[in-house]
Amino acid sequence: MIKIKKRWEIPESEVTPEPLYRRRREFMQAAGTIGGALLLNPWAAAQASLAIGDYQEKVISIDEEITEEEDATSYNNFYEFGTDKEDPKRNSKRFKTDDWQIVVSGECDKPGTYGLEDLMKPFSIEERIYRLRCVEAWSMVIPWLGVPLASVLKSLQPTSKARYVGFKTLHDPVRMPGQQRSVLNWPYREGLTIAEAMHPLTILSVGMYGKTMPNQNGAPIRLVVPWKYGFKSIKSIVGIEFSETQPRTSWNIAAPREYGFYSNVNPEVNHPRWSQKRERRIGEIFKRDTLMFNGYAEEVAELYDDLDLTVNF
Amino acid sequence: MWLKSVWAKPLLHLLCLLPFTGLLWAAFNGGLGANPVEKLTHETGAWTLRLLLLTLSLSPLRQWTGQAAWIRFRRITGLYTFFYLSCHFLIWFVADHSLDPGAMIEDIVERPYITLGFSAFLLMIPLAATSNQFMIRKLGRKWKSLHQLVYLIILLAVLHFIWLVKADYLEPGIYAIIAVILLAHRVGPIKRIGIKSAPVVR
Ligand code: HEM
Repeated sequence: MIKIKKRWEIPESEVTPEPLYRRRREFMQAAGTIGGALLLNPWAAAQASLAIGDYQEKVISIDEEITEEEDATSYNNFYEFGTDKEDPKRNSKRFKTDDWQIVVSGECDKPGTYGLEDLMKPFSIEERIYRLRCVEAWSMVIPWLGVPLASVLKSLQPTSKARYVGFKTLHDPVRMPGQQRSVLNWPYREGLTIAEAMHPLTILSVGMYGKTMPNQNGAPIRLVVPWKYGFKSIKSIVGIEFSETQPRTSWNIAAPREYGFYSNVNPEVNHPRWSQKRERRIGEIFKRDTLMFNGYAEEVAELYDDLDLTVNF
Repeated sequence: MWLKSVWAKPLLHLLCLLPFTGLLWAAFNGGLGANPVEKLTHETGAWTLRLLLLTLSLSPLRQWTGQAAWIRFRRITGLYTFFYLSCHFLIWFVADHSLDPGAMIEDIVERPYITLGFSAFLLMIPLAATSNQFMIRKLGRKWKSLHQLVYLIILLAVLHFIWLVKADYLEPGIYAIIAVILLAHRVGPIKRIGIKSAPVVR
C-alpha cells in the first residue's frame, strides 16, 4: 500500500485565496464565461475543447526555479510531430483536439469510450510543480495542472486482475505528420504497474503554466510520472487498458537494452548513450548531479523494495 | 577559370567561417534555443562532418572535372574541419564535463559513440599538425600514407553519428551514403571514370 506522506497534505486553508481568486478571474476573462464558487468549478464551461477553470495552486511543489515557459513549450521530444526538438511546436500548430475520446478497456468494471470531459470532470484540478528529467540528460521544472491518475483509475473500477495499466497515443498520420515515417512503432505506447499508476505523485495532466496543455506538450491529456524518464509520460492519450500482464512499451520495443519497462531516473544505471549521473537543467550551462528517482526517492523508493533496479531498469 | 582565380581561396575562407560567425552571433542574441550547449554541439558536429566530406570530395572532383585546381583547396577545408572539430570537442569537455578529466575519460570509455568520435579527433591532430609545406617536404612519401588516415577518420565520424542517434537514422544515413560513395571512389572501378590527372599537392 502506498502511504501519502505528510508533506503533501496541504490543507486547503493554506492555499491563499487571493492568487486563486486572481487566477479565476483571469480565466473567466479568457474564456468569457462566468464560473461557479471557488474550487467548485475546475472545468470551464464546456466549449469545443477542455478548458481549465479553477485549480488548487502548488498542491505539491519543489523549491527550485521554474523553467521558462518559452523553453518548456519550444524544446520538446514528441516524435509524432518530428524528431527535432523544435519540430513539435512547429508541426503541431493546427492539431485539433476537439471531441477527444479515450477508450478504456481490459480488467475493469467500467470499460467503454469516454469523452475527455466526462472522464475528467468529477475531479478538481491541482497544480503540481515537478522536475522533469529526460533520458537525454536534460531537465526542467514544470508547473503541471492535472488530476491524480489514481482518482481517474478508481472511477473506472479496476478488477483484482489489473496488475498493469497501458496507455496509447493517438495514431493519425494526417494530424500527426511525424507518424508518416516509421521512426517508432506507432502508436506510441507506455505502461505502469498498478502501484505506480495509483501512486499519488502520478497525474493525468491537462495543462501547464496555468493554461490548457499546448499541443506540443501532449494536448489535450498526458501522463506525468515525475520519477521516471520523460518518455514514460506519454502524450495525447486515447487509450487506457488495464491488464494482467506487462504491456509492451514503444522505446522498449525500439531498443530493449537501452530503455527498460521501469525507466526510473537512476544515476547509477548506465545508459550507452548518455551518462545518467548528471543532467543539464534547461537555462543552465553546466551540469548538475542527477538525483535518485529524480529527487522523489522518499516518496517512491518503497515501490521498488523487492526489485533489483540494475536488472529492472 | 574561377577555380584558379586569386579570389577563390579568400572566398573559401569566408564560406568556411560563415557557420562559425552565425553560431557566435546566435549565441549572443539568444538564437540558440532552450538548450544552447546541445545546439552548439550538434551544429559544430554537423559542420565538422560536412567539411570532412567536402575535403574528401576534392580529389574525385578533380578527376571528374579534369580540373587539377580543386586540390588547392584541400588544406583549407581540412584545417577548417579540424577547427570545427576542436570547437565540438571543447564544448563537450567544458560544458558537459566541466573540464573534469576523470568524467571525460569515463565518458570516452563507457560510451561507444564518444570512443569513436574521440578516436577520430586524436587521429586528426597529426594530420592538422603536418598540413604545412615544411612538414610535407620533410615527410616526403610518408606524408601521403599518413594522410590516408582520413579514410579511417571519416568511417569513425559516420559511425559516431549513427551510434548517437536514438531512432531517426535519416540524417546520419544520408551522410553515410555520401561517405561510402567517396570512399568507393578511392578503391573501386568508379575511380577510372573521368579524366585522370597527375596528383598535385600544394
Ligand atoms: C571527426 C570527428 C567528429 C564528427 C564528424 C562529429 C560529428 C557529430 C555529429 C554530426 C553529431 C550530431 C549532430 C546532430 O545531431 O545534428 C555529433 C554529436 C555529438 N558529438 Fe561528435 N563528432 C566528432 C567527434 C566528436 C568528439 C571528439 C566528441 C567528444 C569527445 C564528440 C561528442 C559529441 C557529442 C557529445 C554529441 C551530441 C550527442 C547527443 O546529442 O546525444 N564528437 N557529432
